[in-house]
Amino acid sequence: MPYSFITHEDRQAMLSAIGAASLEELFAPIPDELRIQGPLDLPPALCELELEQHMHQLAAKNAPAGEKVCFLGGGSYDHFVPAVVDAIASRGEFYTSYTPYQPEVSQGNLQVMFEYQTLICQLTGMDVSNASLYEGGSAAAEAVLMSMSTTGRPNKVVTSASVHPEYRQIIETYFEQLNSELVTVPAPDGTVSIEQLAATVDDDTACVLLQHPNFFGCLEDVAAAAEIAHHHNAVLVVSCDPISLGLLKRPGDLGADVVVAEGQPLGTPMQYGGPYLGILACRERFVRRMPGRIAGQTVDRRGRRCWVLTLQTREQHIRRERATSNICTNQGLFALRAATYLATVGPQGLRQTAELCLRKANYAADAITADRRFSRAQHQPFFKEFVIRDAKGQVEALLDEATNSGFLAGIPLAPWYPELEDCFLVAVTEKRTKEEIDALANCLASVSVEAPVAVTQ
Amino acid sequence: MNPEELLYCETHEWIHVEEQAGSKVGTVGISAFAVEQLTDLVYIELPEVGRAISAGGEFGEVESVKAVSPLYCPVAGEIVAVNSDIKDRLEVLGEDPYQAGWLIKLRITDESALSELLDYAAYQKQCAEEG
Repeated sequence: MPYSFITHEDRQAMLSAIGAASLEELFAPIPDELRIQGPLDLPPALCELELEQHMHQLAAKNAPAGEKVCFLGGGSYDHFVPAVVDAIASRGEFYTSYTPYQPEVSQGNLQVMFEYQTLICQLTGMDVSNASLYEGGSAAAEAVLMSMSTTGRPNKVVTSASVHPEYRQIIETYFEQLNSELVTVPAPDGTVSIEQLAATVDDDTACVLLQHPNFFGCLEDVAAAAEIAHHHNAVLVVSCDPISLGLLKRPGDLGADVVVAEGQPLGTPMQYGGPYLGILACRERFVRRMPGRIAGQTVDRRGRRCWVLTLQTREQHIRRERATSNICTNQGLFALRAATYLATVGPQGLRQTAELCLRKANYAADAITADRRFSRAQHQPFFKEFVIRDAKGQVEALLDEATNSGFLAGIPLAPWYPELEDCFLVAVTEKRTKEEIDALANCLASVSVEAPVAVTQ
Repeated sequence: MNPEELLYCETHEWIHVEEQAGSKVGTVGISAFAVEQLTDLVYIELPEVGRAISAGGEFGEVESVKAVSPLYCPVAGEIVAVNSDIKDRLEVLGEDPYQAGWLIKLRITDESALSELLDYAAYQKQCAEEG
């Protein structure tokens, strides 16, 4: 699209239309102290060639997962994306489309949304899925709000220290304007303390929010948490890793009432943290409290199968400030990627992917802890992520050194967990080879032996 | 119930008040005009027995294919009965809005709001203006 700039004539036409003689007159009501005096402090303009070179230099400072060997996780994972996903998602019909308010001209998009929802329901064991939300964290927050309005319990939500800290921050941010309390139960050995959970959940609790596998990669006792929540008529919200569902029982089969997930692992690259895909699915009794768009299947006047947006009466374009949620933008393009991914790999492929993650992660944990400097910080079964403790407590220097050797070795946990300041989180996907894992273990061990990084500030 | 003997809110709820064992009990529903304006009803949400509601407070919501509308309580009281069966027979609201289509009964705790309500003639006038 060509860039159209404003001409002197354009400016005069706009000014005369609103009845202002000059720009100065238009801006006159703005107090002087709020206005910048003089020109903006900008460097001189670059020509196209110079600009391109400048942008290349900036881009070269990135260390993308495609150029380093990536063991980063914590909500964003380097999974394989089959080429067919890009081929379908880059089609103009999908790539540039907007919300299908007008079903008669949007059947392709609506069909994709419906198929996505169907796949998500099959994957999670839920009755209804919406057509997606922004990303996993806001999906978790919306699930919490859904639970509060369904139960009529606006004051208390219980979660675990093993739920993604950023998801909990998002909920805290929502709660700043509500009279609601987010109570976090400790996770002493990497999983939520079931005893303390039972002691914390009461008849005022709207929901229990757990993550499974959790932020540390460990498997939670979801069924026990479901029993505790349901005993108090509270809702159980489970945030899951969709790839793990190739192997693990579906959250719906473990007693979850609402399932949320970060959908990025399903066919979307890590791409510097977003845009991603918020998955939200629930039991049918919550459907009228579910935020976002829902595609429904129906028949046209000739009896042919077709699709529409359904249950729209609670959305903000109709209900304004009384809408179920004012975040009802979906990630249609990423839902399409997820649907394409799931349809491509199929149940068997998803199982194989999950098995490879599990086995390679276990192999990596053994390989890394072969050096006595490193140990697993927790002793619970895990899926594709695990926490490594560095006996020398030099996590930052260690990870920097690994980056210089070509490995994105993990995420330091100090920013979120002071008690785990000597620990980092390692994720292993099906893409990592035995050679890469051995090389990472050797790299960490060699840093350990030479210890040139021991010089700390 | 005879619609001409009921009291109405501007928001289209009706109420019938009667004495029962020394206290005043109100039966509340929505008017035939409201049902007609809402078009095809698909869902109704009603409160639980025992809940206290203020005059003008919301006691539920009714959803049609076009919109979701809150239901406002004409007078302050405590809910003593709810017509839960109507959830599965929403057509009753159109067929018999003033009898079988009642929604809640409440024990009135403060009748001051009753004097603000419209009588049949005034309500008909409002409907004619809205329609």
